[in-house]
Amino acid sequence: MSVLYVLVPVALALAACAVFAYTWSSRTGQFDDLTTPALRAILDEAPNRSGSAAAVVETPLEKPHETPRRRAE
Amino acid sequence: MTAIKPDRVATAREVHCTHCTLPVPAGFVVEGAARQFCCSACRTAYAIIHEHGLDDYYAFAERRDRPVTSSGRAYEEFDHEAFRTIYVREGADGLSECDLYLDGVHCASCVWLVEKVPLAIPGVISAELDIGHARCRVRWDRSRTPLSAIARFLDALGYVAHPFRGARAEELRRREDRAALVNIGIAGAIAGNVMMIALAIYAGWFGGIDAEFERYFRWWSFLLTTPTMIWPGRVFFKSAWGALRQRALHMDVPIAVAIGAGYLRGAVNTFTDTGPIYFDGVATLIFLLLVGRFLQQGAQRAAADSAELLFSLAPNTARVVGDDDVIREVPTEAVLPGAVLDVRAGDTLAADGVIVEGRSAIDLSLLTGESRPVSVGKGAQVFGGTVNVSAPIRVAVTRSGESSRIGQLLKDVEESARRRAPVVKMADRMAGAFIAVVLVGAAATYWMWMRRDPSQALDNAIAMLVVTCPCALALATPMAITVAIGRAARRGILIKGGDALERLATPGRLLLDKTGTLTTGRLELETWDGDRSWRPLVAALEQHSRHPVAAAVLRAEPGELARAEAVQETIGGGIRGRVAGHDLMIGKPSWVMEHANGVRESFAPLDAALTPVLVAVDGIVVARMGFGDPIRPEAAEAVRALRARGWQIGILSGDDPRVVASVGRTLGIAAQDCRGGASPEDKRAAVEQALLEGPVVMVGDGVNDAAAIASASVGIGVRGGAEACLAASDVFLAKGGIGTLIELETGARRTVTLIRLAIGFSLFYNIVGAAMAFTGIMDPLIAAIVMPTSSLSVVIAAWRGRTFPESVA
Repeated sequence: MSVLYVLVPVALALAACAVFAYTWSSRTGQFDDLTTPALRAILDEAPNRSGSAAAVVETPLEKPHETPRRRAE
Repeated sequence: MTAIKPDRVATAREVHCTHCTLPVPAGFVVEGAARQFCCSACRTAYAIIHEHGLDDYYAFAERRDRPVTSSGRAYEEFDHEAFRTIYVREGADGLSECDLYLDGVHCASCVWLVEKVPLAIPGVISAELDIGHARCRVRWDRSRTPLSAIARFLDALGYVAHPFRGARAEELRRREDRAALVNIGIAGAIAGNVMMIALAIYAGWFGGIDAEFERYFRWWSFLLTTPTMIWPGRVFFKSAWGALRQRALHMDVPIAVAIGAGYLRGAVNTFTDTGPIYFDGVATLIFLLLVGRFLQQGAQRAAADSAELLFSLAPNTARVVGDDDVIREVPTEAVLPGAVLDVRAGDTLAADGVIVEGRSAIDLSLLTGESRPVSVGKGAQVFGGTVNVSAPIRVAVTRSGESSRIGQLLKDVEESARRRAPVVKMADRMAGAFIAVVLVGAAATYWMWMRRDPSQALDNAIAMLVVTCPCALALATPMAITVAIGRAARRGILIKGGDALERLATPGRLLLDKTGTLTTGRLELETWDGDRSWRPLVAALEQHSRHPVAAAVLRAEPGELARAEAVQETIGGGIRGRVAGHDLMIGKPSWVMEHANGVRESFAPLDAALTPVLVAVDGIVVARMGFGDPIRPEAAEAVRALRARGWQIGILSGDDPRVVASVGRTLGIAAQDCRGGASPEDKRAAVEQALLEGPVVMVGDGVNDAAAIASASVGIGVRGGAEACLAASDVFLAKGGIGTLIELETGARRTVTLIRLAIGFSLFYNIVGAAMAFTGIMDPLIAAIVMPTSSLSVVIAAWRGRTFPESVA
């Protein structure tokens, strides 16, 4: 049974690692918003074949607020 | 109203909009084109997305249920100095940061669109969306692009942007939340491990265990429990110490005594290697209590958040006329005396001032409770917070911000809220009696055992302290309140604090505001005396007016209307014109009588609550209309039901006493309980007077009610009202009207019953436990089983109990 002298500290050390990981993720705000990051992950994969939006930064933009307004009904 | 609407019925071929996938109206279909759009907003959105090579968006986009709508606003106020000081945070790196609430974000593709597309604007560093709260945090370089450009851009994509006010408070709360989660995580991990070790010790009692290993496990328990006591557990000691210093007792005091005594005795017993250790119980307790606390805080915040969201949606800009006669939108906070405001019909005035141009009617109901709009002309004094109803006016600002009438009222509200005596919560009231009984019990146990067997006296007394820890009690209350607040929120009742539920459970005095609370707050045609066949003609003429009376007539007389000619409107008098070959004149009795030649029939006196308007055809008065602010259909039922439950109901209104008396009669409220003509200060005084006799619940919707709401025992705000009133209230009815008041009262009553039941439960457990500790048969194993069982059963009872109906009916 003397193996307990080794196993209990090992088990507790593992638990301490888990607690540390949890504390770190919670401190860095990873539990702040539980919905959006999940959606973000799906979307980051597929596009980007035309390069990221940053690549087209210099494209001149039309001024959107000057386009004709849809008539409120 | 004469605009030609495109036919919204889809064509036989069913053309779908390239951007939003809704059917394209027949009038908008471009023959032969590969891309079709249902509206120009969709066309703009598509152009932006396509131009930047982001067409992959359409692979993700979910089908929408309504077309993209952009407001087309210029968002000029977003660049204003005053806006910046309130909403924008400047980082050390020279970048600005602002939180925007976005209307219309709903799916995964929105996340992508909102986060990716703004990056195309030079100077935008990042845009981060929190879809659960529909909030977007934008970081950008102010020297390269103004915030208004970003807002316009999002607007063009169909997401209307509103500044979010609570960003700083939010940051603070996030930090608090993170700290709470860390505490819970640590306490949970330790509790789990201490329990595992305890299991080994208990198993050893039955299967046999070497003294050497038992001591080993006891030491480990001690080493593990120590950090949970000094880190997550310190909140209980801190709060208990705070309470004691203020010579008050609340729930944390008995908890601190129990865990403190258990831990210290356990530590001593570990060192001396005798007697029970209580570490497993202590560690579990700390964990469970922290969880309960976190949940309750979360529910209360969710309710407060929803109210905060309504703030963000409230318009907070004013249209200032510049020297060059150009109108610019600026934040309300930036309006200074001397400025000239352009106030469109339907807009809320941003400051006090004098009319310099135009004539109109002003709706004072939010400020004074007066239900009838007042006619005003050039030179008239108008107040911020009131609504301009009929025609555009220009107002020279005399007082703004804190010195305006509404600002003064708000100060009053703050002061009332500060003066309100804190309420002792039910659980805390119990705590006082509880700890006295426990301490006496422990002392009695010690004294008795000193005489019988001194070696066991201390252990049994400590066992008494530990086993009577009111953990079930401390868990059940937050749990019941959490569940109740959550369910209520789904039914449109936002409860900002659990104590409001406790106070609503016992009937007392209930004071109701009239305009907007008992009534709809909107002028309606209520009576018509005379020949009804003239009504379509009257409506035909009234469609040329923007006066609230005209709007009421049009609501009462829907359908195709004839055209009117030669229409002439006299503000403050009436309207005349030619319809279907007759000369019609509609207006104030004095104005019509002055211009008419005779009266066809005489009318019985009109109810004092109604405003009369005469109709003359070809110079002869033929009909009289009565306009009033009708009572909400559910109000009578609500008043009757609440009275049946023992509430003393009264009306407290700023409107004309005759109108108030008439509404009171209709609802069956005694005349002496109906008070009209009350100023905001009178209302507050009336509430404070009533408070001397017992708890008072005040329900209202206007700025004029806010001070009264803030000083009442429970203040209830009604949707559609002013935000000052929202801020002051403890409970907010998001559905409008007082129909949900019955539900709130029932829910509050049930919640309190549930809490009492849970308290009864846990008292029973504690009495049994205390009896066992007293007689010395309570061993740590029994304590380890009884304590979590009692907590669990009480929590489950609180969780499953019926408070508010579960789903949306």
